[in-house]
Amino acid sequence: MPAPEREFRLDLVGISHHRTPVEVRERVAFDLEGAAALARELAGSEGEAVVLSTCNRTEVYAVGADAERPFREAGVESVVYRLHDEAAALHLFRVAGGLDSMVLGEGEILGQVRQAFEAGAPGPLLDRLFRQALHAGKKVRTQTAIAESPASVSAAAAALAQQVFGDLEGRRIVLVGAGKVSEQAARNLTSRGAEIAAIAGRDLTADPEQLAEEIARADVVVSSTSSPGFVLTPRHVRARRGRPLFLIDLAVPRDLDPAIHQLEDCYLYDIDDLQAVVDESLAGRRREAERGEGLVAAEAERFRAWQASLDVVPAIASLRARAEEIRAAELEKLARRLSDDERAAVESATAQIVNKLLHLPIVRMKEAAVTADGVIYAQTVRHLFGLSEEDR
Amino acid sequence: MAELLFWPALFAYGEAAFAYAGEARRPGTFGRPAIWGVRLGWLAQTALLVVQAARADGFPWSSWGGALNLFVWLVVSAYLIWGCRPRFGLLGLAVMPVAALLLGLAYAGGGIAGSGDHPGALLALHVVFMLAGFAGLTLAAGLAGFYLWQERSLKRREARILRLRVPPLESLERLTGRTVAVSLAVLTAGIVFGLVRFATDGGSFDAAMGATLVAWALYSGAVAARLHGRRLARASLIGFAVVLAVLPITHFA
Repeated sequence: MPAPEREFRLDLVGISHHRTPVEVRERVAFDLEGAAALARELAGSEGEAVVLSTCNRTEVYAVGADAERPFREAGVESVVYRLHDEAAALHLFRVAGGLDSMVLGEGEILGQVRQAFEAGAPGPLLDRLFRQALHAGKKVRTQTAIAESPASVSAAAAALAQQVFGDLEGRRIVLVGAGKVSEQAARNLTSRGAEIAAIAGRDLTADPEQLAEEIARADVVVSSTSSPGFVLTPRHVRARRGRPLFLIDLAVPRDLDPAIHQLEDCYLYDIDDLQAVVDESLAGRRREAERGEGLVAAEAERFRAWQASLDVVPAIASLRARAEEIRAAELEKLARRLSDDERAAVESATAQIVNKLLHLPIVRMKEAAVTADGVIYAQTVRHLFGLSEEDR
Repeated sequence: MAELLFWPALFAYGEAAFAYAGEARRPGTFGRPAIWGVRLGWLAQTALLVVQAARADGFPWSSWGGALNLFVWLVVSAYLIWGCRPRFGLLGLAVMPVAALLLGLAYAGGGIAGSGDHPGALLALHVVFMLAGFAGLTLAAGLAGFYLWQERSLKRREARILRLRVPPLESLERLTGRTVAVSLAVLTAGIVFGLVRFATDGGSFDAAMGATLVAWALYSGAVAARLHGRRLARASLIGFAVVLAVLPITHFA
């Protein structure tokens, strides 16, 4: 026997970085405004739709709307994935938790899910789905350590600086050379409160005294020049007297003499050291992702139970309405033969009979709703009591 | 009644010690049961001390077992100031097994009995201040050990360094310095009470006093010299080694 169709079916159609290259993804990529307009258009007056479009994925979540349309129009329908109901919910929860991201556990996606939800055209089902997805995403980030470890060399450098200093507020950074990589590392540090105190170009590196002066006042040194030899040696570093100095060498060939690392209170990390930290932290992210999968699976189960309960609600309402209709009609036939007191007594007694008769079937339907049998029960009740589609 | 409170305290400290070991192996897994073990154990032990104080006819912690009981409570109290913060959680791996072991020893030494003696206010103050000072120095040693471990990890450029949630190096140094300074002040007060009692009641200068003064001089030297970083951490550990010698001499001999 084929599984009965749900009354409120959730559809997901999408493409992502897992199976589709960027030249295909870009054909169905939307900015936030475009995604909002598309969602409204797909939802129309009766349906629901939310379009999530990032650089790694475009996904359409829809209820009572044609989720495939944008992919069909772009001619990419052969590479899309299609998921429904619980599987679609689980997928969105994984996406919100960063478990489906290119960089496992990255946090930007949660904000993108929120923006897509706010810009979309959700109804009762998608509203519930996306709120639960945001909750699930937060849960993965707060209840696992997936987001705590750095996923890039520049983030690793900033995390190590925090390991030395704690709060980076007001810490002085000296940039030696200003390449793209060192800029990225500096941005990671300044976003945590550190300040760029000096940018040492060729003029400064040519003057060892001035460079030593700057470094004496610095807490962090980030170096990335194209110099063939060492730009900084132990003679540039004065005694720190308990003030740690964290040095990041992002250049190849290296800018900073490894002998600096032997000085007291000096910690020098080159590109290989940072890469090793990143590799280890990505392995840690994979371990944490396993815990995250458990959390989103539990959320998906909650969503499934809630969605299943939707199947029986209209049937219960129709059943109550039909019973009340019959009771009222029979009572009307008796009305002329009864005094006011008798009528009140009969009304009360019939109401109690109806309620008691319906109580157990309704309880059973609600129980069935949280299992897979909700739709079957709803259809059976409609059939047995002759409840038409219009009664819904 | 005291027995009823002792066993939950010992069990909770033991549970915390095991949970911290589990947390060190699999970070993020056992942190919560560990800190709750410390909290519940501390509450049970606090109640135990209150019951002892209420029942005793006199000062109940002047025996070595009683002093050990009070010492454990002071160490755990000091630990709880920072231990609740996730980054300081692993300090519990150094503190809680020792706390559980010493509490067990205190029990074996009759330290939870309700009886007491009448040593006089000066001696009671001397004991309490000395134990509080030593408890603080024990914690400072734990922080110093933590500092040296982390400093070594940074120097070795260990790839796993970010895996365990530990306090930043500078925070550890700052806390070690502050804990030593505060504990030294408390220890000084304890020594002063002891000297006043010595002057009024008389007695002879013994090895315990000598060892205490050596430890005090060491810590005072470290504070006066404004040591920092590795040197401060090493001085704290050396001072603690002397404290380890002082405690058995004064209470177990």
